[in-house]
Amino acid sequence: MRYGYYPGCSLERNAIAYHQSAVAVAPQLGIELNEIDDWNCCGATEYSSIDLIPAYALIARNLALAEQQQDENGGQLVAPCSACFLNLSKADHYMAEAPDLAEKVNDALSAGGLHYDPGSIQVRHLLDVIVNDVGYDAIKAKVSKPLSGLRVAPYYGCLIVRPGYQAFDDPEYPTSLDKLMRVLGAEVVDYPLKTHCCGGHMTQISRPTALELIRRLLKNAADYEADAIVTVCPMCQLNLDAFQADVNRFFGTDFHIPVLYFTQLIGVALNISPVELGFGKEFVDARPALDKIGTGSPPTGRRRRSREKGLPMPTMSEEG
Amino acid sequence: MAETINPAQTASFMDEVVAATPGDPHLDRCLQCGTCGGSCPSGPDMDHTPRQLFAMIAAGMKEEVLRSNAPWYCVSCYYCVARCPQEVHITDLMYTLKQLAIKEGLYRESGISNAPGFSQTFIDFVENYGRSFELGLAAKYALRYQPLNAVRMAPMGLGLLRRGRMAIIPKRIKGIDQLKAILARAKALGGTA
Repeated sequence: MRYGYYPGCSLERNAIAYHQSAVAVAPQLGIELNEIDDWNCCGATEYSSIDLIPAYALIARNLALAEQQQDENGGQLVAPCSACFLNLSKADHYMAEAPDLAEKVNDALSAGGLHYDPGSIQVRHLLDVIVNDVGYDAIKAKVSKPLSGLRVAPYYGCLIVRPGYQAFDDPEYPTSLDKLMRVLGAEVVDYPLKTHCCGGHMTQISRPTALELIRRLLKNAADYEADAIVTVCPMCQLNLDAFQADVNRFFGTDFHIPVLYFTQLIGVALNISPVELGFGKEFVDARPALDKIGTGSPPTGRRRRSREKGLPMPTMSEEG
Repeated sequence: MAETINPAQTASFMDEVVAATPGDPHLDRCLQCGTCGGSCPSGPDMDHTPRQLFAMIAAGMKEEVLRSNAPWYCVSCYYCVARCPQEVHITDLMYTLKQLAIKEGLYRESGISNAPGFSQTFIDFVENYGRSFELGLAAKYALRYQPLNAVRMAPMGLGLLRRGRMAIIPKRIKGIDQLKAILARAKALGGTA
């Protein structure tokens, strides 16, 4: 299965572990990722705040390049970053829906000798490709080191499921990542805040706003005794991992939950070496969690009580 | 909010917002139910919820709307969009209001005035290199807009560097001249959809 690969800026550096693990597991799953030659930044959530047509032209250059390179990608473009996935699929969606917009964007692209026909490239998130094109059964057959004993909180974040220009799961209660983790042998904890926001760029603009959103997500995972949070987005990983110490200082909490990419855990289950999967680059050490794999030991300790109160409910406003 | 409504002005601001938003944002369908504000993770920080802003747009209260901090607190999570019974493209409209607030110079009064600076600093790097550059963004933005935060962010920056998670120099794409030509043409074409 051939795909165009749009890593996005984050995967070049701060989410290099996501890139390394994606590239390491892809061939084992029968996925051929061909990086789009000379792709540019999608503009994240920033360009659309400033100017509309340049924001769309910036995104559309990538779609036009993907269209030119169809022999290598078969008309399918895979983004591992949820923000890139959203922007690429949004530009394609609105260029198809609004011909005036498409005309202006193509006018701009023509200044660089490019053109994009809306609908000619299908934008996919890497999770979608893995669970739907490879499929759970095929993945299960390849698991050589089941993640038994590891309790994971499946964290989807926002843009992989909303607003759903290329929808493949429920916008508020998705389950594809849950099922994937179970296939790998992990124990999946209930995670009511699984599609709540990590704060995005608010860490830079309104720190208290962002830290509160991050705190809720960490607390929710801790309440359900997760050994690790598993993510599908570099922004979510950065906020929950690199800002976890900030949250602890700001709120006087003591969270220490590693935040891992789903591709890293696939790689572990396929018995790929941790170094090849980019482990060791996380702020919150993943080793204690990984050490539980294969032990199958149930969680112990005082937190257990929180599960015996009754039905699992989100606990967002406690300790506010 | 007690203002005399000028019908001509009312039509024009509503039209201006819709015209600057891609596709049909269904703004005229808003029922004032408040599901958007109730679903918003940063609702408590906003001076007006999206529902209120849409009523104010309908009332032609252009300056008040563009002075609001709400679009700048929008985290782009799309919860409101997923839940809106009328399929109003709320997040897209928040982006439009940010663009208009910058054009009209009114964002400075929103109380969260460094947000456009962050966006602008980010895209300056993208326009010059074709890729984002986190170290440059963090340094330039923090020094210019949040000097105190720069001190607080320094350990994390070092942590990212130590783990090989931050580049020292930006990466420039091969087709940077092509990209610059595309963006120059796009800017000349104007901001409406």
